[in-house]
Amino acid sequence: MSSFGKPLKIALGLAIIAGLIVIPMNFNRYGLFILSQWAVMSIAAMGLNLTLGYAGQVSLAQGAFVGIGAYAAAIMTTHGWPLPAAILVAILLSFAVGWVLGYPALRVQHHYLAFVTLAFSTLAFLVFRNESWLTGGIYGISNIPRPHIFGLATNKPLPFYYVCLGSLAIVSLAVWWLIRSPWGRAFMALRENPLRAQSLGIDTRRYTLMAFAIGSALGGIAGALYAPLTQYIDPVPFNLSLSLDLLMMVIVGGAGFYFGPFLGAMIAVLLPEWLRFTEGYYLMLYAVAVMLLLIWSPTGILGILDRYLAERRTKAASALRAVAKSRLETVQ
Amino acid sequence: MSAVLEVSEIKKNFGGISAVDGVSFDVREGEILGLIGPNGCGKSTLFNCILGQLTPSGGEVKLDGKVVTGLRPAELNKLGVSRTFQLLQVFPKLSVRENLILAGQEHQGSMASRLVGRSDAGLTEAANQMIGFFKLDHLADEPAGGLSYGQQKLLDAAMAFMGGPRLVLLDEPAGGVNPSMLTDLKERLVAINREKNATFVVIEHNMEFVMSLCSRVMVMAEGKVLAMGRPDEVRKNPAVIEAYLGH
Repeated sequence: MSSFGKPLKIALGLAIIAGLIVIPMNFNRYGLFILSQWAVMSIAAMGLNLTLGYAGQVSLAQGAFVGIGAYAAAIMTTHGWPLPAAILVAILLSFAVGWVLGYPALRVQHHYLAFVTLAFSTLAFLVFRNESWLTGGIYGISNIPRPHIFGLATNKPLPFYYVCLGSLAIVSLAVWWLIRSPWGRAFMALRENPLRAQSLGIDTRRYTLMAFAIGSALGGIAGALYAPLTQYIDPVPFNLSLSLDLLMMVIVGGAGFYFGPFLGAMIAVLLPEWLRFTEGYYLMLYAVAVMLLLIWSPTGILGILDRYLAERRTKAASALRAVAKSRLETVQ
Repeated sequence: MSAVLEVSEIKKNFGGISAVDGVSFDVREGEILGLIGPNGCGKSTLFNCILGQLTPSGGEVKLDGKVVTGLRPAELNKLGVSRTFQLLQVFPKLSVRENLILAGQEHQGSMASRLVGRSDAGLTEAANQMIGFFKLDHLADEPAGGLSYGQQKLLDAAMAFMGGPRLVLLDEPAGGVNPSMLTDLKERLVAINREKNATFVVIEHNMEFVMSLCSRVMVMAEGKVLAMGRPDEVRKNPAVIEAYLGH
């Protein structure tokens, strides 16, 4: 990314943040709902990006962790607990369950691991649907309250959008810290060469479990925000298709790229809305757009940018070599 | 001189085939031991048994007099046993410097301290020194996957030394490396051996490289030790000539 100046990058980042704060002030209820959903799904996709994109562990269960977080928040807040407490419980619960789900990854990888996590996803859905004493079964849980933050009510769409955006900001900073830390480097080592990683003293077992647990905990946070966002949850949104959607967000945005989940969630949440004017065709167009993108760039949108920058670097380097060579020849 | 590594009666069977069949030897502190033998004679399997990548079917491995048989590779590495691989084993998408920082980061502090501490684990300086030592300066920020084969071999070796190991097992470090780079590699290995008092065991097919680098050479054939001794002794041994060196 050296071709962008650092100040330019910072300016661009600040402009986007300012835009996300200011522009939605004029949005209607529905627009704010969609944007809040983008923020929530970005958090969940960031978790999966950590597990899959950085640590290389395939998971088809991220949707289930969103569900676990959502039910934890719904049950607690409808019983009078404040949302921050519910978020904390959602984090601990999905972290613990994610840790346990990581154990199969110590034995199986790739599509075998995908099947194990898929089975877990189905299991979680059955618990949400059948354990009606806890989850309300197919009738779900309604009247989920939105929180008061520092005494301010966030019932209205705009304040709650800011709750989602603020949470996204905190999670983004935490993930940025994590992937830059030695842990992030160890996660990438798991992805790129676990055998070599072991011989360098990297405890691959512990890091694999951590990658699952932390990624799942982010799914739990997303769920704990999703519940007060929709104010009503039932098992359907947390079935396997949410896990597949989240997987698509990570792949389309660019797995293993920091900004991938933001872009991927934008495409998964916003593109269908923009394509609504085509009425019956929008899902088809959406599907075709995603297929074309992945044929063009299997590494996702950020993969295109990465390739472009790599090519520019190579060109710049060979130009430098050519100049050096011609100088040598002139000297001779 | 005391023994850093004592291997006694190590056996490894795969089904009915015994790949390593009761191998015993000592590696003395500060020496460079060569390990040669025809392809398939069990050299790499022996390495993997010593390093915990394979569980031996029998026998014992001692490090500094303590039994370490059955420890996991990461645990052994933290006790100061490091290795390089026969086939390229670098992290292709990380830069050369990141590869080296990664190779050293688990050798200090706790897991928690690595989460909250500095992102380079305080190793940038050490990594830069290693980069300079292996003459990879101009490539420090390049992704390791973009390096030539020989350069990746050098990086692989450099990574093995980041944690300040006492004992390094090198599996064909010279394979596929061009002659001028080979001289470089040999110089580096000798320098580290002397200055850091690191002990090496080197598997290699390049006879000239082995004979000039090693103080003792062990010859294996069909899972067993065929000969052990100074390079000039081994070279004259009729059994070794028959099994490996040829006439």
